[in-house]
Amino acid sequence: MTDNSPTSDLPRSVYLQVDRLSKLFGNFTALNEVSLEVYEGEFVCFLGPSGCGKTTFLRAIAGLDIQTSGVVRQAGRDISALPPAQRDFGIVFQSYALFPNLTAARNIAFGLENQKLGRPAIEARVAELLQLVGLPEQGSKYPAQLSGGQQQRIALARALATSPGLLLLDEPLSALDAKVRARLRQEMKSLQRRLGVTTIMVTHDQEEALTMADRIVVMNHGVIEQVGTPTEIYREPDTLFVADFIGAMNQVPARSNGNGSLTIGSLTLQSRASDIAAGSDIIAAIRPEDIVPHGEEDEGNGGEAGINRLEAEVEDMEFLGSFWRVTLKHEALGESRLVADLSVNALRSAAIEVGSKIEVELPPARLWVFPSGRGS
Amino acid sequence: MIGFILVICLYLLITLALPLYAMLSKSFSTFSFDLANFEFQVDTGSGWGDPVSAAALNERLQKFTAADLATSSDGRLSVVDLFPDFSFRSPTNYRIRRIGSQASFLYGSERIADNEWHEYGSNEFRRIVLRPSSAIGIENYRTYFSTPALFRSIENSLFIATISTLITVSLAFGFAYALNRSTMRFKGVFKLVAMIPILVPSLLPGIALVYLFGNQGMIRELLFGESIYGPIGIVLGSVFFTFPHAMIIITTALGISDARLYEAAVALRASRWKTFWTVTLPGARYGLISAAFVVFNLVITDFGLPKVIGGGYNMLAVDIYKQVIGQQNFEMGAVVSVVLLIPALFAFSIDRVVQKKQVAQLSASSVPYEPKPHRRFDGICLAYCTLVAIFIVGLIAVCQYAALIKFWPYNLSLSLDNYNFEVMDGGGWDSYYNSIRLGLLTALTGTVIVFIGAYMVEKINGFAASRSAFQFLAMMPMAIPGMVLGLAYIFFFNDPANPLNTIYGSMAILVICTVTHFYTVSHLTATTALKQMDREFEAVSASLKQPFYRLFAKVTVPVCLPAILDISIYLFVNAMTTVSAVIFLYSPDTALASVAVLNMDDAGDIAPAAAMGMMIFYTNVTARLLHSFVTRKLVRRTQAWRRL
Repeated sequence: MTDNSPTSDLPRSVYLQVDRLSKLFGNFTALNEVSLEVYEGEFVCFLGPSGCGKTTFLRAIAGLDIQTSGVVRQAGRDISALPPAQRDFGIVFQSYALFPNLTAARNIAFGLENQKLGRPAIEARVAELLQLVGLPEQGSKYPAQLSGGQQQRIALARALATSPGLLLLDEPLSALDAKVRARLRQEMKSLQRRLGVTTIMVTHDQEEALTMADRIVVMNHGVIEQVGTPTEIYREPDTLFVADFIGAMNQVPARSNGNGSLTIGSLTLQSRASDIAAGSDIIAAIRPEDIVPHGEEDEGNGGEAGINRLEAEVEDMEFLGSFWRVTLKHEALGESRLVADLSVNALRSAAIEVGSKIEVELPPARLWVFPSGRGS
Repeated sequence: MIGFILVICLYLLITLALPLYAMLSKSFSTFSFDLANFEFQVDTGSGWGDPVSAAALNERLQKFTAADLATSSDGRLSVVDLFPDFSFRSPTNYRIRRIGSQASFLYGSERIADNEWHEYGSNEFRRIVLRPSSAIGIENYRTYFSTPALFRSIENSLFIATISTLITVSLAFGFAYALNRSTMRFKGVFKLVAMIPILVPSLLPGIALVYLFGNQGMIRELLFGESIYGPIGIVLGSVFFTFPHAMIIITTALGISDARLYEAAVALRASRWKTFWTVTLPGARYGLISAAFVVFNLVITDFGLPKVIGGGYNMLAVDIYKQVIGQQNFEMGAVVSVVLLIPALFAFSIDRVVQKKQVAQLSASSVPYEPKPHRRFDGICLAYCTLVAIFIVGLIAVCQYAALIKFWPYNLSLSLDNYNFEVMDGGGWDSYYNSIRLGLLTALTGTVIVFIGAYMVEKINGFAASRSAFQFLAMMPMAIPGMVLGLAYIFFFNDPANPLNTIYGSMAILVICTVTHFYTVSHLTATTALKQMDREFEAVSASLKQPFYRLFAKVTVPVCLPAILDISIYLFVNAMTTVSAVIFLYSPDTALASVAVLNMDDAGDIAPAAAMGMMIFYTNVTARLLHSFVTRKLVRRTQAWRRL
């Protein structure tokens, strides 16, 4: 497991501590002994495919579906057995769950109304929150009169109204169309930073997680695969699953020779160091953008001139605007193909077309090996 | 919260499950005179003779056969029949004692159930009667199936229900088809007219049919000598009162069909006829099946109509009434009830299965069908719907006419004499006011109970077992015929050992019975409305540290208000028109209008019966108008968000 500490230079205290949490639905294990620490003011994303247990995890932290075993501590207090109403969190759901018969302002005020606050105090707080989410004029409208993005912001304001210590977001953006989603991503992130509220967001969208989170918790089959900053998760995946789930990854079956050497058919390649025993079946993996066309070797990638080079045939080319996605064929790969993302310039200078040969390098520092038989 | 669900569960248990259990066990309890339980000694002046058992006496005399000894809970057997020499003037003295712990005998009305000898002079001895002892067995069922007059009703009921179902579903399909697939005029009027039968008791069409086709009927020649009293009358009346139920279901089924299928059919150059058979009918098949079973169930369990117009043609529901009210044979009433339950339960379960399939079909996204004008087809539809509307309005109009005529057919002058209910059997105007009270109380308590119950089922997390048990209990009333429910209530609430028996004969038992009788549809209306609410409201509310009742009052109830109003009007209208369940439960103080219609008709006061039936009709029309007015008003105020 990679370094878990937050990226900030400031030392921060642990706000939420989850210890060996399990949740069973009948015979199905939705969460299996999950442990996690979330630091004060941090934005954490639970990322994973559907059914990986991320929503179950969030609902257990909220107390909406109490765990089968394990401990949850919030701000030093053991809240494992408390019902939701006695915990300290605000929540936004994918559906927003705005009360349709109450105006936006009354929705926001819902949690304030029986807190022995005077009416002027409530109205002031509601106005403040409407301002905060950028909808100062929309308080008197009903949810059905608001656009999806506006509804989402009202739901956020409602969750923040009681100034909870923890903000939980359950796929809050996935009901919106792509443009609104991109804009709200920015807004929510900056709002969260401004308020400094510890936030956990569940999402299946890796782009959302990469752009918004301080740290990402990648989950699969009820366990945590990896915890780390977006760059760590992307550049240093711990497992084949993480490597495959986040970003694109070429995967080729291979055999380990030990000491970071591996064999694919007739090819012998150098990879990152690994402790996989010689002779075992492995998966060699490399990201499309890490494949370097001849003449563009980057010494910074630890490449030694001459190694990990192969001449491949261009089988297919797809133009994606800022780059070309090139499918490469090589007799050593058998049925497997390599996909490389090559810059428009590189292609132009090498005069590549379908059917032509191209020499590419797989830099050893960017070539990963994982034990086969796990992950996808 | 869990307390609430327990209370509502308990409510259904007490008002439904336990009474039904009481009825079932009653149907298996048999009563017979066990002569071995009694011993006699006789003193003719020369001292007491040897004790001799009643069984031995009967053996010697062959006085009572086994059939004589089988009886009901009410049976009494005079002992002097066992003494051929008995004369109440003779100076002979008699002693009697009971053996064992089961039996008892009566001296006059004094019940004696000890094991002592009791001594009587001959004039006193003739007042001794034996009481039967009870046992558990299938004897009642054996009796039922060996009495042709009784078990023929099964055949009759199935026959009438099948014929009525075929006719009603065909008529209703045509009507719904015309409403859905044509561009004819007056669709709104036809929809309203088709709903009329729901607003009157099922026996009212019977009264109208008597006026039309009875022995002195206005147009009895149309029957060519056949009698309206019997199958013809029952089927005609059944078609009338089940028509709206079938029409609603089929209209819904036709309404969900996909316009793209019709466009495809046109593109493939299928004829109108072929399209009908390959697209329309298959699309509506679940609706048709569902409608068929609903109608079948309504007809086979209905009591009022065959009572009024059945003549000597026996039906199961009427048999229950005859056994209980006519012969006071409660055990046999229970047996017939169990027999009636079987087809009702069968029809109900098939309907449930079909309904589930239809829901699955509904969820597919489809384009609604928009009919295009077609002069000839629209004309046929208009003519057809007009005929059906004439049938419905005609029967109601005949009732109103009958109610206003002095004395059919001899004095046709108009008067309001028939509304002078005080001089008739049936409870007078009080029964009408009682009905309104029953309607209002049922609507109020029923709506509260049903809605809270549905809320518990829909919105509580966990307790899956108790929730599905509750769901099952909530669906049951639909399958229980009213007569069966009413009889079950007698057995359960009239039991002196039941601490709840104080409500027997009160308005409370009528309200409870009516709420339970019409529980299922109300429950389904409430759950449908609750299902449309976001599942996460409760979670959001809890995260905002709000108690669940605040969410309930501020959001759940306001959002569901239209459904809540629908439930209350449904309960009110049904409380006004129901006869079957309450017929066993009303007391002189709580006589009801719908029962008064039946009783006045029974007593030969048919015109006042029609008058009272029309009072129910007008009351329900008023209630409906009030309901739509209030709904519109409330919706405007509290449902502003809906109009967006």
